[in-house]
Amino acid sequence: MLEINNLHVKLEAEDKPILRGVDLRVAAGTVHAIMGPNGSGKSTLSYVLAGRDGYAVTDGTATLDGADLLAMEPEERAAAGLFLAFQYPVEIPGVGNMTFLRTAVNAQRKARGQEEMSAGEFLKVVRDRARTLKIDADMLKRPVNVGFSGGEKKRNEILQMAMLEPKMCILDETDSGLDVDAMKLVSDGVNALRDAGRAFLVITHYQRLLDHIRPDVVHIMADGRIVKTGGPDLALEVEKNGYAGILAEAV
Amino acid sequence: MPVPQAKLDALAARIAGLDLVRGGWAGAARTEALARLGAMGLPARRDEYWRYTDPADLIAPQAPRAATFAAADEPPVFDGIDRLRIVFVDGVFDPALSDDLTLAGVEIELLSSAGQTDIHWAREVYGVLEARGQTPVQRPLAALNTAFAAQGVLIRATGRAARPVALIYLHRSETSDAILHHCIKVEAGAELTVLESGPAAARFNKVMEVDVAAGGRFHHIRAQGRDHGRRAATHLFARLGAESLLKSFTLTANGVLTRNEVVIELLGDDAVAHIAGAAVGDGAFHHDDTVFITHAGQRCESRQVFKKVLKNGAVGVFQGKILVKPGAQKTDGYQISQSLLLDGDSQFLAKPELEIYADDVKCSHGSTSGAIDEVALFYLRSRGVPEAAAKSLLVLAFLAETIAEIEDGTIAEDIRLRLHNWLERHGR
Repeated sequence: MLEINNLHVKLEAEDKPILRGVDLRVAAGTVHAIMGPNGSGKSTLSYVLAGRDGYAVTDGTATLDGADLLAMEPEERAAAGLFLAFQYPVEIPGVGNMTFLRTAVNAQRKARGQEEMSAGEFLKVVRDRARTLKIDADMLKRPVNVGFSGGEKKRNEILQMAMLEPKMCILDETDSGLDVDAMKLVSDGVNALRDAGRAFLVITHYQRLLDHIRPDVVHIMADGRIVKTGGPDLALEVEKNGYAGILAEAV
Repeated sequence: MPVPQAKLDALAARIAGLDLVRGGWAGAARTEALARLGAMGLPARRDEYWRYTDPADLIAPQAPRAATFAAADEPPVFDGIDRLRIVFVDGVFDPALSDDLTLAGVEIELLSSAGQTDIHWAREVYGVLEARGQTPVQRPLAALNTAFAAQGVLIRATGRAARPVALIYLHRSETSDAILHHCIKVEAGAELTVLESGPAAARFNKVMEVDVAAGGRFHHIRAQGRDHGRRAATHLFARLGAESLLKSFTLTANGVLTRNEVVIELLGDDAVAHIAGAAVGDGAFHHDDTVFITHAGQRCESRQVFKKVLKNGAVGVFQGKILVKPGAQKTDGYQISQSLLLDGDSQFLAKPELEIYADDVKCSHGSTSGAIDEVALFYLRSRGVPEAAAKSLLVLAFLAETIAEIEDGTIAEDIRLRLHNWLERHGR
């Protein structure tokens, strides 16, 4: 599904390398987790994959089902099936949440040559998916993320994911700012989307999210590279001993 | 201070070709306006109130030529609204294009025909509100209008108007120079909606005086014409009685020069005035909103919401003042003026002012100028919304606070569609 080879990225403005040769393969139907200390390049990796400005790829490739992600505009990557759940979901005053969701869903359908969803059909689907995430009608009416609590914003990200039905989902520290109940709610939302045709890349600092979203593979990222890969036990090891031991071993 | 000779010379040249309509109930108001005008002269760039907008084209003896423009890409604005149509072509009433002027709850007359009687309700309004609005700031173009306007409508709402009254201004001559003066009286407890649309002329000088009695409600929605070369100086003078309401929204898309002045007096207690404007300009576009709101009554509320989207060297100006008079306690005044600059060439000049002589008031003002929010743009694109559509969505979101001031949902939707179409045409 997602294939990253020797990816090197620097900040455009500062000429500062952030990713120094990332290699990663995520197969359909699997959940991969990336853990790592602050500044290791985890969020940069997610932004570069989604196509945010400000980064320059100096070497390497990233493909989604064989298609060159790095050559596409952000909206083309989305239409190709990539989704990034933001660490800090953006507030957009003046744009209603419902309008936003419907515009996004129909833009992607159009890009894929599918028919647009009718207003009635859309409303039915969105209400149904919102209910399972405990997102009420009021939150759907309000402007995108404006006045939402941290937990509401993260639930709104998962709702977007549920509506857009991407095949490659990247979750960038979706657990940050969540209390125990909200984490459970968000995790249930993610788990409900797990299937054989879809893959997840879960970026997190903490093992506890991985209690809810059980990963198949865990990677440790440090200094712009993936330095260790293992099973779910690797996350437990980090939780118990911190990164120091693993990083010393990797060097 | 004596009036500079240049201003008097400009005035003499400007009015040389104009005829003063004599006699009738408005005769005295016209001669008084001419006297006011003589004591002011015409505005000049050096005047404090014309610092950001050059009045040269507005005061020139001849109207600068403006090509007429027929929009083939969208139906005329408000076409879908059930309304009573009053059509002026280059500033002259056109009976053939207009509806019959009868409407339940409203009396409608033309200034041109009603002006010769001796007694008329409009005598309490015509030139009266304009004259009140001449202090502390001089508005010579409005006095000129009162003196020389021969055309306009007199509308008196005595009940709830059955449908909106639509003033439609068509532009057919490249050299037309139109002067229109409307008087509107909303009697106690009555309610009226007035729509205005169209470019009117190559150059347009319009005054609308609105007197809203206690408990009256007046809605005003205006879409200024798309003609690229047109110029306009408009004034809205309003006086609000106790517990009355006035809501005015203006859309300006294109037009080389527009100066919209709004002068509101909240005289009665508990009155509400909301003034909003959305202006979108690309290239040769200079748009000036100049607003003066006086709080005299207690517990009155005023809102000024002005937003401009500018590109390719377009210029936006906002001069907005809230004056709270002694005794106007519990005043709630709000003013926001913002511009969205779509490139580095455009310019927004804002001069917000507050002058407060009461101690128990709440007044706020803010002014910002900025570009499209890149983070929000990326967020939308990351969800699959193409860049152009995402920008369009963000621009409409920026303007949404102004459209929210339109109470009628159908009219608001029509305005939103115009803005959407403008963004489509102008490549966002």
